[in-house]
Amino acid sequence: MSGILLALAGNQNSGKTTLFNCLTGSNQHVGNFPGVTVEKKEGRILKHKEMTLVDLPGIYSLSPYTSEEVVTRDFLLDEHPQAIINIVDATNIERNLYLTLQLMELSIPMVIALNMMDEVRASGNTIDVKGLETRLGVPVIPISAGKGEGIADLTDAVVRTVKTGKKPEHLDFCTGPVHRAVHAVAHIVEDHAKKAGYPLRFAATKLVEGDEPTAKKLGIHPNDLHLINHLVQDMEEELGTDREAALADMRYQYIEGLCRECVVKRGETKEQLRSEKIDRILTHRILGIPIFICIMLLVFWLTFNVIGAPLQSLLEQGIDMGVSRLSALLVQWDVTPWLQSLLINGVCTGVGSVLSFLPIIVVLFFFLSILEDSGYMARVAFVMDKLLRKIGLSGRSFVPMLIGFGCSVPAIMATRTLSSERDRRMTILLTPFMSCSAKLPIYGMITAAFFPKHGGIVMCAMYLTGILVAVLSGLLLKNTVFHGKPVPFVMELPAYRLPSARNVLLHMWEKAKDFLHKAFTVIFLASIVIWFLQSFRFDLHLVENSADSMLAAIGSFVAPLFAPLGFGDWRASTALITGFTAKESVVSTLSILTGAGTDAQLSAALSTIFTPLTALSFLTFTILYMPCVAAFAAAKRELGSTRRAVLTALYQTGAAYVVALAVYQIGRLLIGV
Amino acid sequence: MTLDQLKPGEGGVILTVGGEGALRRHLLDMGLTPKTHVQVRKVAPMGDPIELFLRGYVLTIRKEDAAKLTIQKEAAK
Repeated sequence: MSGILLALAGNQNSGKTTLFNCLTGSNQHVGNFPGVTVEKKEGRILKHKEMTLVDLPGIYSLSPYTSEEVVTRDFLLDEHPQAIINIVDATNIERNLYLTLQLMELSIPMVIALNMMDEVRASGNTIDVKGLETRLGVPVIPISAGKGEGIADLTDAVVRTVKTGKKPEHLDFCTGPVHRAVHAVAHIVEDHAKKAGYPLRFAATKLVEGDEPTAKKLGIHPNDLHLINHLVQDMEEELGTDREAALADMRYQYIEGLCRECVVKRGETKEQLRSEKIDRILTHRILGIPIFICIMLLVFWLTFNVIGAPLQSLLEQGIDMGVSRLSALLVQWDVTPWLQSLLINGVCTGVGSVLSFLPIIVVLFFFLSILEDSGYMARVAFVMDKLLRKIGLSGRSFVPMLIGFGCSVPAIMATRTLSSERDRRMTILLTPFMSCSAKLPIYGMITAAFFPKHGGIVMCAMYLTGILVAVLSGLLLKNTVFHGKPVPFVMELPAYRLPSARNVLLHMWEKAKDFLHKAFTVIFLASIVIWFLQSFRFDLHLVENSADSMLAAIGSFVAPLFAPLGFGDWRASTALITGFTAKESVVSTLSILTGAGTDAQLSAALSTIFTPLTALSFLTFTILYMPCVAAFAAAKRELGSTRRAVLTALYQTGAAYVVALAVYQIGRLLIGV
Repeated sequence: MTLDQLKPGEGGVILTVGGEGALRRHLLDMGLTPKTHVQVRKVAPMGDPIELFLRGYVLTIRKEDAAKLTIQKEAAK
């Protein structure tokens, strides 16, 4: 990479994303760190285009336990950034500096961005910034990322630090036995570290700590390792504690001393006191859960009824207008009929029906990112942990599952924050059972045709069916496929803060971009493939009636499989096949196959395919069966294995088959058909 | 006594940190080191996990994990 590479590191909830957005504006690129499934954001610093900033995952320590921590270590050690910007939450300085001390040991030029200084000042507390700077030997710049204060100073300090290449001056935080052990080990591994290009101090500390990746990377001889362990044993005996506790204790002791000198704390900040008050209600023993349910209902009501629906119909009208104009033009220009058919019936019908869905996605993510950024999502994990623990997960899985109601793709991607592989796999398997918003057009289509007066009840029943199947699956799988220890649940509850408009807007923009990308790639392609399959016979001749097409042949071939579920019609099975490209395609395929132009025509056509009971069975199957290709791709990436992703999809489809079968057969008994 | 036995509003000083592997390291990294003062703030609606206050911030852990930390309970203020 040309230019200057910078890394942004800090704790979760320290305002890292806000600062990243402040420094880079909206020119960001989102990808993955090589080989793992941790998100990597990079962007160019405003007014300094030569500097690329990489946003490292939010972590609390450079220990080797979670993939976020490992990625951060590897990036800092292997990519050799010219400088680290370490963001530190000034209102929570003790715990934030714990990571700082470990970062400093890497001997990479560093600048500390002391965030939320406005809150510290407003509460009458003070931090001696100059004193901190002198003691740590690293430039410390007070900022408030939320208000955009101090950003210019920070950029200047970073430019200066890159120019001088000045490394952190003081690295010796230890005293007594730890000090002796670290220095003795440093002496032993000096040559190894030099050869491996490893910062010596970091190597020595990590070896004393018992860090296996470091020992492996340095290729230390067993004899030397034996010697090191001997030194560590002496240290442990002298201190009466083990190596990990000794180093954690040493760092925190140093920080306590530093804070005694540089931080005057009269009490908690206004924001912390306010949070305590808010939590008296939001995590209240009795009110906590009802309030959470109310908040979610409000979000969904606002999204789907109040804001989303009008925007959606507005967009639909716009698209319809555009399509009819295009259609008229095509006729006027005398374009070949098959091309007209491709553009209007294939592309416009397919992509158009999906595109009108954009407003709902954007609005949903507007609310979800507010809940996330305000700090409420952490409370959700706190309140719901016990519930999810019963099905073998932790409260942290609740957030991805909640996002699953919006879209399985970001929900599956959100499982990355889970530090246990087991929890991640299980959450990825269960999340698609949370009925995603792409399935809403299907509910709309079916309820409009069969249950016009009971749409709300049917929809609630569908959501509950999904949740119930997820719970039952969790109970079934936690003791079979996913046995093993659940992830430790040790989580910070950050102070409530007003989300910044910029963060929320950028988040929405990202989701919108994702969705548009999906619409114009996967769904565009799928629309063309479906149009082709339904417009041509196997001998590649245009068909008059889509019942003679290739798609009909494929649909008819698999249709008998669905006969026990009550919907053996080839159009139903064909729609389910196309639903794999995107769930919305079920609607567009059915409208293409029935030749319905309007909603009323579609409703009429559907009543020739389904009865109310088979429609319900069809709907149940649609909710539960394997997610769309985008979600499948996301699952494959997060699971790191095609085989596991396929097994997951097979399980979901199997569950869908069983439940839909039950709905149809039990329903038949009840109605007496 | 152990940390999970404290009632909301009660506090104490950590004596030892038990557990192993990722859990133990995580507890230490989050500042639950010996001699640290901890206060139990509240219990989640369903009775677990618990909310702690230490080093000027709020942390939540499960009761079964809290049981791995021994503490010296401080007299009620």
